[in-house]
Amino acid sequence: MDPLGGDYQFFASCILRRRNIDGAPAVILGRCGNDLTKPLFELPISRNYHHSGWTASHTFFDNSHSPVSAGRTYDIFNQNGWGRSLHFLNAWILVVVGTVYLSVALYTRHVHRHLLPGRRELNFRSLIWDVVHHLRNRPLFMKGPQYSLLQKLSYCVVIFLLLPTVVLTGLTMSPAVVASCPWLLTIFFGAQSARTIHFFSALFLVLFLFVHIVMVVRSGIRKQLRAMSFETGSPTR
Amino acid sequence: MKKKHLITRRTALITGITALGSYWLYRTVKAPATPTYGNILRAGDNFTYEAQRALLSKRALAKEYSRNDISSFPAVGTINPANEHNPNFSKEYSLTQRSGFFDWALSVEGSVTRPGKYSLNNLHALPARTQITRHTCEEGWTAVAEWTGVPLSQLLQHAGISAKARFVNLYAYDGYQDCIDMIDAFHPQTILAYGMNGKPLPIEHGAPLRLRVETQIGYKSMKYLKRIVVTDEYVDPGDSGWAWYTGI
Repeated sequence: MDPLGGDYQFFASCILRRRNIDGAPAVILGRCGNDLTKPLFELPISRNYHHSGWTASHTFFDNSHSPVSAGRTYDIFNQNGWGRSLHFLNAWILVVVGTVYLSVALYTRHVHRHLLPGRRELNFRSLIWDVVHHLRNRPLFMKGPQYSLLQKLSYCVVIFLLLPTVVLTGLTMSPAVVASCPWLLTIFFGAQSARTIHFFSALFLVLFLFVHIVMVVRSGIRKQLRAMSFETGSPTR
Repeated sequence: MKKKHLITRRTALITGITALGSYWLYRTVKAPATPTYGNILRAGDNFTYEAQRALLSKRALAKEYSRNDISSFPAVGTINPANEHNPNFSKEYSLTQRSGFFDWALSVEGSVTRPGKYSLNNLHALPARTQITRHTCEEGWTAVAEWTGVPLSQLLQHAGISAKARFVNLYAYDGYQDCIDMIDAFHPQTILAYGMNGKPLPIEHGAPLRLRVETQIGYKSMKYLKRIVVTDEYVDPGDSGWAWYTGI
């Protein structure tokens, strides 16, 4: 198994960040969005979904399509004070562990030798075969990192696509960071789009984590944990 | 055959624990800029603050938008301190609101050579800045508006700020208090706004004067300003449960 150090903290982070989605459960694309603008769709997941509690709105400009202002009179459910701080503490751990992992993996050629699928290996039929094999059989406990095609592809997607996207879209929501790096707003189509991409990437990471843990359990959790914690990666038997 | 590894699990674990221990030692030896309340979350916030100050440009401007980008704007938190049913009701505010803010004045105190009161007319007489920026709320929503006001740096220089000053403390009619450091206080887009979208600031958005800190999350942009106190040291209001620095 690949020792993705972030698994445990990511799991905690997701549970806590769920609190923050509560604040504004609307999926919005573009540069900005709020309760007074039209969302793509809304998630019926929070006490704050479709609450009523607004003062009468008034327009900013004297025309029919003017943006409006309204005051919120409803006390929303909000635990973001500690939720945010914990999330960013976890983000630091993700960034530090991720950077160390990536540098070591690149330096020791772990990425080239074990993670990137070889050209001959990479074809649709063997991928299908691998998926079917994973669904039907108990995955084998591997001696050392000899991954199957499905494993390689999913690890690569997580390491080189989802985790970097989650970090960069997270930074795009930071007012101080985007002031210094305005290109982040360009590549993610605005701050509110970045938030939406952030949540969907996180959703895929949760999905990966779930399947990953199921596979660990199915291939023998005690052997896997022992190998992850104490062995240097050399074949044992 | 045993292969030699650059990093084994064991050395990685030991290095990690040693690093955490050294960081803890470093924190206990070095006095932090703002209190952490012995709280790991606040320690994380402080780390973010120090990292952002070290890595990011201190003068970089937040993106400014065009008039067509101005969006609807919810007002949250206190939306009128003159409302008697509001727990943040202020008698003083309700009187000055009734006068149309005619007798309102911002008090500037602390480490300045010319402390005093600034009426709206005094503030209008100072150089103004207009900016169309995005407000990022910690709740997750954003909104774009045009703000007009006096750069805080202008006001602080007008009042003769001391060279030793390190923090600007702000006090509002609804009982809120907060502070920002000199980097944010002197940021060109940090303004005391009296106008929104070309009109006087509406009541629900903090009339007659609010702060705009465009490099931090929305809750630092305090509404209903009453008093500004410049200090040489951090004035500890206690842990509100919310991060003091919210550049992220």
